[in-house]
Amino acid sequence: MKLVNPANKRRHTLIVVGSGLAGASAAATLGELGYHVSCFCFQDSPRRAHSIAAQGGINAAKNYQNDGDSVYRLFYDTVKGGDFRAREANVYRLAQISVNIIDQCVAQGVPFAREYGGTLANRSFGGAQVSRTFYARGQTGQQLLLGAYQALERQVQAGTVTMYPRTEMLDLIVIDGRARGIVTRNLVTGEVDTHLGDAVILGTGGYGNVFYLSTNAKGSNVTAIWRAHKRGALFANPCYTQIHPTCIPVSGDYQSKLTLMSESLRNDGRIWVPMKKGDKRTPDQIPETDRDYYLERRYPSFGNLVPRDVASRNAKYVCDEGRGVGETGLGVYLDFGDAIRRLGRKAIEERYGNLFDMYQRITDEDPYTVPMRIYPAIHYTMGGLWVDYHLMSTIPGLFVIGEANFSDHGANRLGASALMQGLSDGYFIVPYTVGDYLATNKLDKVAETHSEIRNAVACVQQTVQKLLGINGKRTVDSFHRELGKIVWEYCGMSRNAQGLETAIEEIRSLREEYWQNVKVPGSGDDFNQSLEKAGRVADFFELAELMCVDALERNESCGGHFREEYQTADGEAQRDDEEFSYVAAWGYRGYGNREDLSKEPLEFQYVHPSQRSYK
Amino acid sequence: MRIKLKIWRQKSRNASGRFVSYPVENVNPDMSMLECLDVLNEQLIQQGEDPVAFEHDCREGICGSCGFMVNGVAHGPLPATTVCQLTMRHFNDGNELVLEPWRARAFPLIKDLVVDRRSFDRIIAAGGYISVSTGSAPDGNAIPVPKEAADRAMDAAACIGCGACVAACPNASAALFTGAKMTHLGILPQGKPERDVRAIRMVAQMNEEGFGGCTNIGECTGVCPKEIPLEVIAAMNRDYFRASWRERDNVVTTIRPFTEWSTGSKLQVDPPSGR
Repeated sequence: MKLVNPANKRRHTLIVVGSGLAGASAAATLGELGYHVSCFCFQDSPRRAHSIAAQGGINAAKNYQNDGDSVYRLFYDTVKGGDFRAREANVYRLAQISVNIIDQCVAQGVPFAREYGGTLANRSFGGAQVSRTFYARGQTGQQLLLGAYQALERQVQAGTVTMYPRTEMLDLIVIDGRARGIVTRNLVTGEVDTHLGDAVILGTGGYGNVFYLSTNAKGSNVTAIWRAHKRGALFANPCYTQIHPTCIPVSGDYQSKLTLMSESLRNDGRIWVPMKKGDKRTPDQIPETDRDYYLERRYPSFGNLVPRDVASRNAKYVCDEGRGVGETGLGVYLDFGDAIRRLGRKAIEERYGNLFDMYQRITDEDPYTVPMRIYPAIHYTMGGLWVDYHLMSTIPGLFVIGEANFSDHGANRLGASALMQGLSDGYFIVPYTVGDYLATNKLDKVAETHSEIRNAVACVQQTVQKLLGINGKRTVDSFHRELGKIVWEYCGMSRNAQGLETAIEEIRSLREEYWQNVKVPGSGDDFNQSLEKAGRVADFFELAELMCVDALERNESCGGHFREEYQTADGEAQRDDEEFSYVAAWGYRGYGNREDLSKEPLEFQYVHPSQRSYK
Repeated sequence: MRIKLKIWRQKSRNASGRFVSYPVENVNPDMSMLECLDVLNEQLIQQGEDPVAFEHDCREGICGSCGFMVNGVAHGPLPATTVCQLTMRHFNDGNELVLEPWRARAFPLIKDLVVDRRSFDRIIAAGGYISVSTGSAPDGNAIPVPKEAADRAMDAAACIGCGACVAACPNASAALFTGAKMTHLGILPQGKPERDVRAIRMVAQMNEEGFGGCTNIGECTGVCPKEIPLEVIAAMNRDYFRASWRERDNVVTTIRPFTEWSTGSKLQVDPPSGR
């Protein structure tokens, strides 16, 4: 890999969009190396990025527990957990880097949990039989993000990074086939601006909010990567979405988001439903003999720690059978009774205290005495912009990191791996690969008056004016909610061909209505939160269709993509490696047109694809 | 249930503001305060009025975006709870709730309930970090950290930077926020080498931003959604005084006053770039 001469680094301006784990760590590291970095986020501060909400932990193959962990095992678990739909080479690199991430974060002062001897503590997570997850109470994401944020602010102080908060990227500037800048809108003044550079790095997160109800922050959106997609970057595996098994069930129509309870709870909590359908007794009235600990029964070796897709699907099955709990019947119990009897209330408080408090605040029930009720919810999206081994998209000079790319998790992400991937991409991969790109390509200076720039700015202004001018009858949220219901119904936990076709029809007609009948109040010249949402929802509409098209094309079940037509006799996902062992990368062909499919074949040299078994 | 919301409406920083009352029908007790505002905003948009601007993102109490005064209390009446997790079951049918933005000189208003809290970022930029560039870290277990120290650091590190402490303080002081970061980093062995310089720079920046001085009233810790203890302010003061003494030959401290109001002159500490 080529290097950029230290004296030349400061001559390059790099644009980083997003300030979560991936974006902040990349911006900070590139700043440390001496590049001039402009970093953008739509929130009021880079510290608000949604990485902050990750609870459980971060994996690393340290083998501090002497339980047989290794780089190879983490690699193996991740490839298998992703249901053999990830690129081996990327995953191996991720596993190698995992150990450096922990070192870096410890040095930054991330207050990881410690043993009494002062060494780092670990916990177990789904999909693994070793204890390799590092954590800071139930706030691991917060602490890792604050570490990256502090590193970023240090570079702001040093003058290498310029931070642009409350600034949203609305288009990508591509000149002579290369990414050379972005068009932004200042969310306070409404000003549309351009920022030019030698490379653009997107770390803008996932698109789970296409479902309206998800565990994502309200502001999380697909706009940055979608608009890059419309400028030519291929979008890979959009149908791979992850449903998290342990969220607080929906309670009413007004609901604006779903709250996740960390998967780490499955370490000590036992999941069950009543044996009998429609058993309305309170949980303490249901004796052991009338309880079905269905995960322990079906998967004796992994039990409650099966991967997320398996746990979610099984919760759906038991609820579909009419054995769900709570008022809506869409919930299962997560019971800490045994753990409290075994370890004492204090130990449980220490491990999960803040999660229990949060549950109680929301539901008004005490999880120390009454089992929690949980239900799956959309949590993470494995799909994203296609990138090569250098994390560069199909547009040269456009790099995509963290959840925004598709690279490492295949069809299903294991717990505690998102933080690992975000930081790996940001601290340790993209700072090298961007350097290689700059060193191997001659980039001419771009004139500020270039026609592509004027064109991109006009495009952005047009969309803003169009949204404001419709002045219809329905609010943005009402459309978003309806879109979310369609996608959840037909492209959620399980999918079938007929449903997906219906979904495509419904999405198209709702999208037509959106452009005729949405009502966006206010103007484009000031702080207008409805306008922000309107642009994002417009992009979700287009993405939603592509997700369904991708899900329809993939005639197999794998990981988070479960097609009802393709399952084993006992209801497990059935892959078709002959036909579908590839990455589906879609190319935009204009509004409303079917996208072009390219296939990147997946080759497995080390981990032989097998039927994933957690029994 | 029915709730009356009396909300501070102000179009922009320079416009004048006023309270406007809105009745909200069909409030579900399981709704959060923010979901109640969502419902109101949907109504306002339908009626062709400008919806209420309020900051929010994660809606699970961790991002620190949300926050406003509810009946004069930052984040409302429930201890250790941000407004996004404050459910309406804590109010009674027919209650009137007065919602106001954080009011502090260092948090200029943007619109309605939204304020600009970039001053917090600048306090962190001044020294709220450990200077370790990527790649230069020793093995994670090479630095043993006593469990008690890790736990205490974590207690302080839990701060979400929402600004409630400033809003609740009669002096609009940022001492709890600043003290929390200094405590988090100062307790850990990794943070020791820069402890003095961190104290001096962060305190200087805090003063420069126009936050008031701390007079140990304790309102801040009372409203803090993460229950950051008051002792972080004591730790900040101790670190600051110790650092001032040790660094007395360094011009940064001795010729510069502890607070701006004690001399009436503005501090001249190296201004952070990128502002």
